[in-house]
Amino acid sequence: MSALAVKSLHKIFGSRQDEAVRRLADGAPRAEALAGLNATAAVIDAGFEVHAGEIFVVMGLSGSGKSTLIRMLNGLLRPTRGSVTVDGVELTTLKPAALRRLRREKVSMVFQHFALMPHRTVLENAGYALEVAGLPKAERRERALDALRMVGLEERADKLPHELSGGMRQRVGLARALAAGTDILLMDEAFSALDPMIRREIQDQLLELQAELGKTIVFITHDLNEAMRLGDRIAVMRDGRIVQIGTAEEILTDPANDYVAQFVADVDRTRILTASSVMEKPHTVLDVNVGPRVAARALRETLTSVLYVTGPAKRFLGTVTEDEILRALREGRQSLDGYVSTERVRTVSEDTAVADLFADCAESVHPMAVLDDRGRLAGVIPRITLLSSLASAVPDDPSAGDDDAAPAVATPTDGPVAATPDAVVADERSGTVDVPLHSMGEPA
Amino acid sequence: MSRTASPLDVTLPRVPLGAWTEAAVDWATDTLGPFFDAVAALVDTLVRPLTELLTGVPALAIVLIVAGLGWWLRGWKFGLGTLVGLGLVAGMPYWEETMSTLAQVLVASLLSLVLAIPLGIFVAENRRASAVARPVLDLMQTMPAFVYLIPAIFFFGIGTVPGVLATLVFSMPPGVRLTELGLRQVDREIVEAAESFGAPPWMVLLRTKVPLALPTIMTGVNQVIMLALSMVVIAGMVGAGGLGDVIMFALAQVEVGSGFEGGIAVVVLAVVLDRLTDSIGDRFPSARAQRLAREA
Repeated sequence: MSALAVKSLHKIFGSRQDEAVRRLADGAPRAEALAGLNATAAVIDAGFEVHAGEIFVVMGLSGSGKSTLIRMLNGLLRPTRGSVTVDGVELTTLKPAALRRLRREKVSMVFQHFALMPHRTVLENAGYALEVAGLPKAERRERALDALRMVGLEERADKLPHELSGGMRQRVGLARALAAGTDILLMDEAFSALDPMIRREIQDQLLELQAELGKTIVFITHDLNEAMRLGDRIAVMRDGRIVQIGTAEEILTDPANDYVAQFVADVDRTRILTASSVMEKPHTVLDVNVGPRVAARALRETLTSVLYVTGPAKRFLGTVTEDEILRALREGRQSLDGYVSTERVRTVSEDTAVADLFADCAESVHPMAVLDDRGRLAGVIPRITLLSSLASAVPDDPSAGDDDAAPAVATPTDGPVAATPDAVVADERSGTVDVPLHSMGEPA
Repeated sequence: MSRTASPLDVTLPRVPLGAWTEAAVDWATDTLGPFFDAVAALVDTLVRPLTELLTGVPALAIVLIVAGLGWWLRGWKFGLGTLVGLGLVAGMPYWEETMSTLAQVLVASLLSLVLAIPLGIFVAENRRASAVARPVLDLMQTMPAFVYLIPAIFFFGIGTVPGVLATLVFSMPPGVRLTELGLRQVDREIVEAAESFGAPPWMVLLRTKVPLALPTIMTGVNQVIMLALSMVVIAGMVGAGGLGDVIMFALAQVEVGSGFEGGIAVVVLAVVLDRLTDSIGDRFPSARAQRLAREA
């Protein structure tokens, strides 16, 4: 069960809210739909589920309704329509007292401008939720200090908030939410008021804490880089509506519409994209037990100079080139075993960030081999593909990298095109060589 | 004087606002008598012992205590100023009247604040109440101060009690207004934060909003005391006693000397009370936080 679920959630401010909801039902832009109506639609038909332990980022520009949305997740704002379920409890119909209990036990919040109480010390701020819950002072102190320790501020416990820097203050805000001990954390533009350097630092800290604590986090931001960095999944909001939900990669590589595409255009893609999202299918993959004759034929058929060789359980072994195949032929071998080289090809795992591929790419004579978690060949990355992934909005665009640097140039004429690189092995009896051929530049 | 008739010469009907007011006051005197008696008894039991205390203690002791308080709260310069100022008043023949005025001001301000602060909190939390309270407060504040004395005499007769009660009514508006203002100015996000951790409304109010609004509320307290002091002199007209009496007498007899002495005593009281209450407001943690915020 999801930790937090939202269904057809609406928030309309102003009068004639029912009429407003009705007019918005067919998906018309809110400015058009509500023309002449004294109502403002902040959130329109939002729906998503947040899984336990994930960071779910809601991203949008100011006015997109994201702050209103997050305030409905803990009942600070009452939805006009729709439902919010926290841990199986429907929140929209709760009585005030029950709602307050739910906030104490299940959901805490971190605010954009920290929202610390200036007249209380850092320790008293960090322990605020526990004070509300009525815990005895000693225990409050203990748990507040623990939370401050987690964010590295236990030595400032007796300072007032204004004696701290912005970054530190927000760490107090974070400690206050952590001390509450709730499973769900709502973070409303939590790092937006901080300098870029500090922001980066505190993002790292959040990720570290998250790896340790596994909270369910809903994070609101207008900063796409932040969204991409933190979010396991991202919901993009525009004009009150959620226009796309997906992982950072999905949003980068497959934007739902022009708005999202434009939004993601200036992201530092090399940090977000991984090897698996820029790799291409390898064109010539042979099993190591295939004879050199077949290999030679495969080279000829595909007009290429290198073959990727897999062994038992389809594990990637290395590459062979014309030279080695010729040598095997001369020496009369029946398999390529012993001729496969790993000298001229670098291997990387699927989830390596593109930014970390460049060094390997430079040292790899042949296109880099991308291996999955079981060591099987998942794809290859020619240099040109890597470079074009930086430039293009759609990294696996067919036009990218279909030239000389690719391992094969020819489109197969008589061999069947296999769907996966290692699906086909040669069949000598048929007289034709069924080399698993993958047409060049085929969109993944 | 003769002039030609003009169409504008229509006689407007006389609106008997005064008559209505009289009727209302008469009705109140008749029906609310026991209530007024109780109020009068309360005021009397507060003012009388306090006046006796202040006039009973030797003048020098009071001068030294207040000067010491000033030194502690604001530093030696203010302490010295207080010593000189109050010393001057003690050296004039009106010390008892000054202490009587002080007692009346303190009681009137106290009662005024007891009503004004909760009322300010109420209107801050309730927009409709705020809309109703606003014109009423405007009326209370702009009505010439003397006018309050008339119904006060009706309800309470002549003496200290009507003086104190008229003072109470006159000094209340800034207490309500500044309490409301202070509460409304509290950062919305901080209030949201308190609510988001599940704090019930009373807790949000008492542990978050009020502490953060305290510096503004204290400005209100200061204003109430200042207005009370200005009114208490006017209340001399209804025989409230104290410095008001001295000044009214000087006015009637055209005695510049004693009038000036009484006036100076009022000024010294005003300055001392103003600075002392002001510095109390500065000592709250939220005021300290505000200063830190400004320095940052």
